[in-house]
Amino acid sequence: MLTDLTIAEAREGLRAKDFSAVELTTAHLDAIDALNPRLNAFITVSHAAALEQARRADSALAAGTPRALTGIPLAIKDLFCTEGVRTTAGSKILGPFVPPYESTVTAQLLRDGAVFLGKANLDEFAMGSSNMTSAYGPVESPWKRRQDQAAVLVPGGSSGGSAAAVSARLAMGATGTDTGGSIRQPASYCGLVGMKPTYGRCSRWGVVAFASSLDHPGPFARTVRDTAILLGSMAGHDPKDSTSAFLPVPDFEAACARGVKGLRIGVPREYRADGMPSEIEALWQQGLNWLRAAGAEVVDVSLPHTKYGLATYYIVAPAEASSNLARYDGVRFGLRHDGEDLRDLYERTRAEGFGHEVRRRILIGTYVLSAGYYDAYYLRAQKIRALILKDFTEAFAQVDALLTPTAPSAAFAQGENMDDPVKMYLNDVFTVPANLAGVPAVSVPAGLDANGLPLGLQVIGKPFDEETLFAVAGAIEAAAGFAAVPEVRAGG
Amino acid sequence: MSLDHATVRRIASLARIRVEEHEVETLRNELNGILGWIEQLNEVDITGIAPLTGAANMALALRADVVTDGGYPDKILANAPERIGDFYAVPKVVE
Repeated sequence: MLTDLTIAEAREGLRAKDFSAVELTTAHLDAIDALNPRLNAFITVSHAAALEQARRADSALAAGTPRALTGIPLAIKDLFCTEGVRTTAGSKILGPFVPPYESTVTAQLLRDGAVFLGKANLDEFAMGSSNMTSAYGPVESPWKRRQDQAAVLVPGGSSGGSAAAVSARLAMGATGTDTGGSIRQPASYCGLVGMKPTYGRCSRWGVVAFASSLDHPGPFARTVRDTAILLGSMAGHDPKDSTSAFLPVPDFEAACARGVKGLRIGVPREYRADGMPSEIEALWQQGLNWLRAAGAEVVDVSLPHTKYGLATYYIVAPAEASSNLARYDGVRFGLRHDGEDLRDLYERTRAEGFGHEVRRRILIGTYVLSAGYYDAYYLRAQKIRALILKDFTEAFAQVDALLTPTAPSAAFAQGENMDDPVKMYLNDVFTVPANLAGVPAVSVPAGLDANGLPLGLQVIGKPFDEETLFAVAGAIEAAAGFAAVPEVRAGG
Repeated sequence: MSLDHATVRRIASLARIRVEEHEVETLRNELNGILGWIEQLNEVDITGIAPLTGAANMALALRADVVTDGGYPDKILANAPERIGDFYAVPKVVE
């Protein structure tokens, strides 16, 4: 099946003329037509534009001028602005929005010949860990519990549509964004590789902003190498993003096979969460044993402020969100609800356009930034954020990378964890610290739980050392031999 | 710190989000749940710690002070819910 190929395999096949880019894209569009009505992984499917891009890819292949991603069909999280293609951010308030420009990351993927199948579903404004907050309906995970086939599981979030699409073979890879775990947690839940690169590695220009100091664009794919290929195209300095790093893009793909011989891998003792399932603890130990067997040295380290990461995040992220989302006022773009006067127009537009979780976070953010409370909440959180970064800096003086579980559980069912916002937030306990510190982190599938659901391990690295992460992830991938496929998939 | 009814209304007003009277109590409980959980940060000793504003550990670069973009009002206004000529239109603000 063409839809089962990895990006690296498809690239070979296209160049060898085993199949055409139009055939490859058509196979994926057919899979989307068959399965998207059930999975709801895409908000928008771009049949005509995708086929046109595929035809252009075939011309480039015929002319002998293919680029890194020529003819590779991808899903684009509907948070990346795409010129002429509706971009909703999973929100009603951006329902009518058609960007007149292309985000830098997607422009680079197009420059390298990628085909965009459509815009992937997500939690509204990327705020969520389940994809349940999308105004365009929840995404169903293509995975099933062995003992409970009736349960509809979540793909994780916020990049749930991206993860479901790649997992179900509706796309070969996808873009995501990760503000507190929104790439790594769904990657873990769906048996994928997902990387949040270093802050500044991928431009945020043209990505709908949630929390600017925490938002990280990054890739999803089914293998470590494919993830490296995608990041190679997405990364690079962008003068339009003032926080974009002025650094060359290394050969990430080459780093995947580098091995871990001689590397020092840290085990942060604070990541042993209370009540974490024993199979996750066992998988973590297994991962460390794999790395030891491959020649790495395992070292205990301490990140003492880990337990404060989530609460810090839930001050910083809503504060930045309340400021970023002030732009949705019903005047310049997006939804408008008329009112008696301008203020009433703003208030009605925002009440109608934002869902519950987004409203809740805007209100929290407004409160922690308001006069009299700023120091007690926001300033304190920024100081604790400094302590969390210091923890990582000190750990990385001793080790090359850290290994932890990605999430405290496997995928849960739709409707679970919905009764209490804090309970839902706890999904991100292991992923949030890397966002606060801006350090790169990758989730790699490492095994299955007793229900047959994927579990990921997370590798966290030094700033701008994604290459070591790809090397460690590559070693885990080779040792784990993860070959499980989801119940719902193209041709399945 | 626990939010009361009036504070929830005040925050919603600052955030320019209309909240119906029957929604206030639910919101108040949810917000207090989150803020109560955040209280744990008070146990951290932050004496002498400088705040970290962002993850980009770099100096902001200077660029030439020249116009490099613009000049396409139709593209900018294409998504406006209401426009008059090259302007966004809003309800009358000043009588």
